[in-house]
Amino acid sequence: MKEIVVISGKGGTGKTSITASFAMLGGADVVVADCDVDAADMHLLMQPDYNFADDFYSGEVAYIDQSNCISCGKCVDICRFDAISVKKKLYVVDPISCEGCGYCARVCPTKTIVNKNRLAGKWFISKIKTGSIMVHARLGIGADNSGKLVAKVKNEAKEIALEERKGFILVDGSPGIGCPVVSSLSGANFVVLVTEPSVSGLHDLKRVYELVKKFNIKAGCIINKADVNPGKCAEIAQFLTENDIVHLTDLPYDENFTRAMVLGQTMVEYDHGKLNELLTESWENVKKLSSG
Amino acid sequence: MTDPKPLKIAIASGKGGTGKTTLSTNLAAYIAEQHEVVLVDLDVEEPNSGLFFKGELIHEEAIFKMIPQWDEKKCTLCGICTKVCNYHAVIQLGPSILVFPELCHSCYACSELCPAAALPMIPKKTGMLRDFQTGKLHFVDGRLDIGEEQAVPLISKTKKYVAHKYGHVSIAIFDSPPGTSCPVMEATKDADFVILVTEPTPFGLHDLSLAVETMRALHKPFGVVVNRYGIGNDEVITYCREENIPVLAKIPNNRKIAELYSSGKLMYQDFPEIKKSLSQILEYCVKEAKGGRA
Repeated sequence: MKEIVVISGKGGTGKTSITASFAMLGGADVVVADCDVDAADMHLLMQPDYNFADDFYSGEVAYIDQSNCISCGKCVDICRFDAISVKKKLYVVDPISCEGCGYCARVCPTKTIVNKNRLAGKWFISKIKTGSIMVHARLGIGADNSGKLVAKVKNEAKEIALEERKGFILVDGSPGIGCPVVSSLSGANFVVLVTEPSVSGLHDLKRVYELVKKFNIKAGCIINKADVNPGKCAEIAQFLTENDIVHLTDLPYDENFTRAMVLGQTMVEYDHGKLNELLTESWENVKKLSSG
Repeated sequence: MTDPKPLKIAIASGKGGTGKTTLSTNLAAYIAEQHEVVLVDLDVEEPNSGLFFKGELIHEEAIFKMIPQWDEKKCTLCGICTKVCNYHAVIQLGPSILVFPELCHSCYACSELCPAAALPMIPKKTGMLRDFQTGKLHFVDGRLDIGEEQAVPLISKTKKYVAHKYGHVSIAIFDSPPGTSCPVMEATKDADFVILVTEPTPFGLHDLSLAVETMRALHKPFGVVVNRYGIGNDEVITYCREENIPVLAKIPNNRKIAELYSSGKLMYQDFPEIKKSLSQILEYCVKEAKGGRA
């Protein structure tokens, strides 16, 4: 079983549209993991049935039982997150600022502060239209996207793939280079980097590739909307060569991406011409490279 | 100015790549034609605003977060530090205490509860802050070091720098990270007004609705700018109408705009209708923020 992770550094480069097309092409042999839990969109194209749903708890949040509070103020003094304030003479915790370190509960002389488990989101196992299974999630509003929910989604997908003897796990990662991305990269066999030929696209590609290098994972790159800036495109191609990143393909700027999305379709369902051909070719290549 | 407090506008979006940076940079440059303005890039994982300006670097500093450092000589191996750390960032391995900086949230519990004062807090570099100037525009960005996982402390310190150094500038624009989780909350929580940038597509709408929930949880006044207007469908506009969310501007879908952006160029000077949109957006923010404070 091979694990393929699709990331982009920069948002809006077409990562999810491309991942969805790969999922469609891979069909029953690919378990999909939507690890962009902060703004998950895969479900809009995959027709999930939400067959299984469960709450996900991660970390803690402080809670002050007002009846025993003696207003000593110790908790406010030690909190490094400015999460406790005095409102109408009552000491209250702002659950958004609280990072659940538990320090306040430890110094409270009347033991009136307790830590409660924090509901961080929900996660799902769904049958999807590709004939396979998708593990996906929804992070709670303002929740700490520490990568724990990402790890949960990925591990569940891995277990399912092993149990059902699937060939691949396909992971839609999140933008950026922080904890959720680090979490989606760990254990991958191959990384697909989706970029666009813009100053931001190249800048972000370089940063996210620095991270990929730390994990020592083989990578390939798709340049989306390649014809928007041929000069920048050549610059990216050169970066790929210099860093031994496989240049998988160039996709043209095509509003069919949006038209397909509006219909809830993947690109390979909507388009039966050039784009379909390029995506199919890339997917075959990615499969081969991840197994090599 | 009758109001000494600067107006803080945060530009955010649920979905990435909808045009946050395009709007932030163009709006800031437009304002800077006449007024002093500070543009702050808080998308510290992938900061891009700086690619659109050539300014003079006037200040640069490393940003640190505090982590405990084990002092072997003082340590009695009582184990309290490992028990009080909720993040498993401090563990005991045989006769040694190990600290995992990337797991540490800088809560100070281990350090201050250590009876032997064997875990003093020391600074660890997590990123860089840079401050540029070009004309009336000040540009500040935070940049997370590769491999560092926590964006929030760097966002918080970048904001503090701006508040301290540019408290006198009447308008500050904050380019926020994408998503709806903690870095976005940190980047937008002090703003007077938040602009959510979206695109009229199913992904755009879905992620906008998450961003709207986030802003409502923060009790922030906000409005929407629809970018790439004309592609996709009308559902974003319908959603805003049904939810009573003001649509501040619609920026047309235009390949030329994408091309200018791709080369790191501002676009409002080439498109009079966009210049007009910027002026409307600004006017709305000023009015809303004043109303909110009165």
